[in-house]
Amino acid sequence: MIQVENLTKAFGPKVAVDDVSFSVQRGEILGFLGPNGAGKSTTMRMITGYIPPTAGVVKVGGNDVTEKPIEAKRLMGYLPESAPLYTDMTVEGFLGFCAEVRGIRDADKSKAIDRAIDMCFLKSVRHQSVDTLSKGYRHRTGFAQAIIHDPDILVMDEPTDGLDPNQKQEVRSLIRRMGQSKAIIFSTHILEEVEAACTRAIIIDQGKVVANGTPNELKAKSELANSYTVSVSGTEAASVRDKLGSVIQSSKVTIVNDKPPTVVARVFPKSADGEGELGRAIFDIASQNNWKVSEIKKEEGRMDDIFRNITLPDTQAQ
Amino acid sequence: MKSIWTITKRELAGYFNSPVAYVFLVIFLLMTGAFTFLIGQFMDRNQATLQAFFMWHPWIYLFLVPAVGMRLWSEERRLGTMELLLTMPISLWHCIIGKFLASWLFLTLALVMTFPIWITVNYLGDPDNTVIVASYIGSFFLAGAYLSITSMTSAFTRNQVISFILSVVICLFLVLCGWPPVTDVVEPLAPRWIVEFVAASSVMTNVEQFNNGQIDSRAVIYFLSVIGFPLFATSVIIRGLRA
Ligand SMILES: Nc1ncnc2c1ncn2[C@@H]1O[C@H](COP(=O)(O)OP(=O)(O)O)[C@@H](O)[C@H]1O
Ligand SMILES: [Mg+2]
Repeated sequence: MIQVENLTKAFGPKVAVDDVSFSVQRGEILGFLGPNGAGKSTTMRMITGYIPPTAGVVKVGGNDVTEKPIEAKRLMGYLPESAPLYTDMTVEGFLGFCAEVRGIRDADKSKAIDRAIDMCFLKSVRHQSVDTLSKGYRHRTGFAQAIIHDPDILVMDEPTDGLDPNQKQEVRSLIRRMGQSKAIIFSTHILEEVEAACTRAIIIDQGKVVANGTPNELKAKSELANSYTVSVSGTEAASVRDKLGSVIQSSKVTIVNDKPPTVVARVFPKSADGEGELGRAIFDIASQNNWKVSEIKKEEGRMDDIFRNITLPDTQAQ
Repeated sequence: MKSIWTITKRELAGYFNSPVAYVFLVIFLLMTGAFTFLIGQFMDRNQATLQAFFMWHPWIYLFLVPAVGMRLWSEERRLGTMELLLTMPISLWHCIIGKFLASWLFLTLALVMTFPIWITVNYLGDPDNTVIVASYIGSFFLAGAYLSITSMTSAFTRNQVISFILSVVICLFLVLCGWPPVTDVVEPLAPRWIVEFVAASSVMTNVEQFNNGQIDSRAVIYFLSVIGFPLFATSVIIRGLRA
């Protein structure tokens, strides 16, 4: 439903988004992940037609956003970063305005308002003025605005930014629920969010896409993937390293923690450890040497690990 | 068309949701009254005309119109709602015109509320009502011209105060370039045709036509261009912001 082809945006000499391509289908929730200043907001602004691209094409439901902006915008709901709202209106008045601008009037309008208010739990503040709302409610109002016309496509820039943990959880489950019937893109710099809500993630850094895949695929790219973490006692770090290092399936052993009497070591596989052979070998070594194993765990790989490895730490903040 | 009206309605409601609108209306009525009766000496003139009333409008509007229009776009930029508005399925022109119409309607309401003075002059004497109607139309156009300039300056900055000051300065220029005390000073210094050209592009010369009871097509075209051009500039500025 969304097709982004070679999208580029330069602000003067600064290239904020550099040749980005991807697409999102119905039923997909795409997480747009990247450090601050990576170009997430700029990309979303081009998708929603707020700023024109320097080069490249965005197609929304087949409509080129530059050539047919009205048709494209009709299909989308957009929650801009930090959820801007008209502060001099009530929640109901604001949602009514957004519905009307989108051509929803009269009876349909009140139905749309009721539905959005229900979905975003805004009943208690329905008649309250926007400028007296707490941050959580303001955010939900922004969210309600984005879904007021039940769009096929939803674009959200940091929808959980500034919310407390419960509210974050709420927004994520709302996104998951809506993701079944829509195409959704949301940006975040929180890794757990990607695992919690996305069917696919794109990592963007300094304007470029550096990874694109399901959360599991991304995690498998992590160095940690398929390594074993072993906690043993009754021995010393040096001996653990030597013995485990001699296992043919292992490529490397690191000592994560050495607090006598317990040693925690991490054993990395030579190649993908399909059948758990490395695990069995570790057990054999431990029993041969009479180590007391208190824990052995196979790592799936971690998002933060891959994130750290493929994004550069010196991306300047905005 | 409907979306223009949606924008206009929201903007108008914005005026009346805050006390500012009522304060403005009161100040406007007090000021027009004070200028007419105290400075213009409406009573002592002993003439059945509203000249003493309309002659002050270019000056009173100079501050009040930018005050009404200064928030049009600057507030939108300050709150970040511009991103919301311009990603809705509605053209930029509809937004610009919708907002402009809202503030013009508000000023028209203020102007309509001066009707007691019209009744008074009819009660006291026997004025030429066609002149008065023409003068009201002139005043209506004048407000629109100032307002359109304010729309432009408000798109320029997120700061309402700067938007106000810029607008006052530009409007003041349009007033002064045709105001006799200024043109008299400039006259000997520049070729005659320049002085005449500049004077012809002043709001004073054009609003004068209406105050004399004539609805001159050149004056109408003048005002329509002074309304149209800054609105066009508003769209250029907003597009430029996003590039
Ligand atoms: N209007 C603008 N003018 C100049 N530079 C900008 C503008 N908007 C964004 N940038 C720059 O583009 C880069 C990407 O910004 P942004 O898309 O906001 O990143 P993110 O949302 O990923 O944090 C940043 O370095 C930022 O400074
Ligand atoms: Mg951002």
